[in-house]
Amino acid sequence: MTFINYAAREINCKIVYYGPGLCGKTTNLQWIYDKTNPQAKGKLISLATETDRTLFFDFLPLDLGQVRGFKTRFHLYTVPGQVFYDASRKLILKGVDGVCFIADSQDARMEANAESLQNLEKNLKEQGYDLRTIPYVLQMNKRDLPTAVAPEEIYRQLNVKGEPTFEAVAMNGTGVFDTLKAVAKLVLTELKKK
Amino acid sequence: MYEEEYRQIKETLQRLQVDSNAKIVFLVDKNGQQIASHGDMRDVDATSLASLTAGNVAATDGLAKLIGEKEFSILFHEGERDNIHISLVAQRVILVVIFDDRSSLGLVRLRVKKASQELERVFEQLLKKAEADRGAAANRFDSPFAEITDEDIDSLFSE
Repeated sequence: MTFINYAAREINCKIVYYGPGLCGKTTNLQWIYDKTNPQAKGKLISLATETDRTLFFDFLPLDLGQVRGFKTRFHLYTVPGQVFYDASRKLILKGVDGVCFIADSQDARMEANAESLQNLEKNLKEQGYDLRTIPYVLQMNKRDLPTAVAPEEIYRQLNVKGEPTFEAVAMNGTGVFDTLKAVAKLVLTELKKK
Repeated sequence: MYEEEYRQIKETLQRLQVDSNAKIVFLVDKNGQQIASHGDMRDVDATSLASLTAGNVAATDGLAKLIGEKEFSILFHEGERDNIHISLVAQRVILVVIFDDRSSLGLVRLRVKKASQELERVFEQLLKKAEADRGAAANRFDSPFAEITDEDIDSLFSE
């Protein structure tokens, strides 16, 4: 739920990066963190295992500037992608305003993508959200790999509702900000309707 | 959040901080959004504190459900120097008190209890107000966001 503080004139929105294990959710956040100027960002918090696998979540607060005199703050979260962390994923989806689904373009991960997307839909439903109505964008990550499946094929398999879709290489930043911008735009547009 | 209630919340937090001899008193919603704070926040990353607290409470909530409890309404973390006391208020917001050996767990618990009751009343009031507003919103134009344009949004990303 977007938190609007009229007294402090602030809007706070929560964006969650979802997707199968090792698809690049943390890498997306890391890139945003590295490329944002220091005044606009907070600390990047990573609750990860010793082998850098996300254990609970990554968190990055981002100040985007003002809209109609209100300071807009985006709280970016990633979920742990590995299947057995489902209980943690559900918790992180609480109060979500927008979701970026990061798909792994490699052929071998197509099944994992589909499974994770199904998991997202189910977990959203449990929190009372509908994937069909919530601000949602799709990112096809790892486009630089030789084993990447054609974008049309990924789109055919994963597209939910004609959502904004981006090809990305999160390691070098390609498509990372386009994805963020698209979901932020959808979230703010949603505010208009309320 | 409305001005009047915000002021009341700030006052309650201030009183709690003084009465309990705490370093910092902090209020967060369950989604990890900071609501208000009082005390010396200079050395503390408030946003991270808010988000981790909410994560902590959410995880503990999950644990509670696993063993058939409704919730664990108080969490306490003891450190060498500083301690954190976390409690749920009105089942929707999280009250965090950070204190050192100038205070004690007993004192903090006592004062938190009193402050929680005050906060509960304020949040009840808030809820009523918000509901009344929603009812009136149909014929009154009060959302500053109804007129957000695409240009407004684009300008956020202009750099």
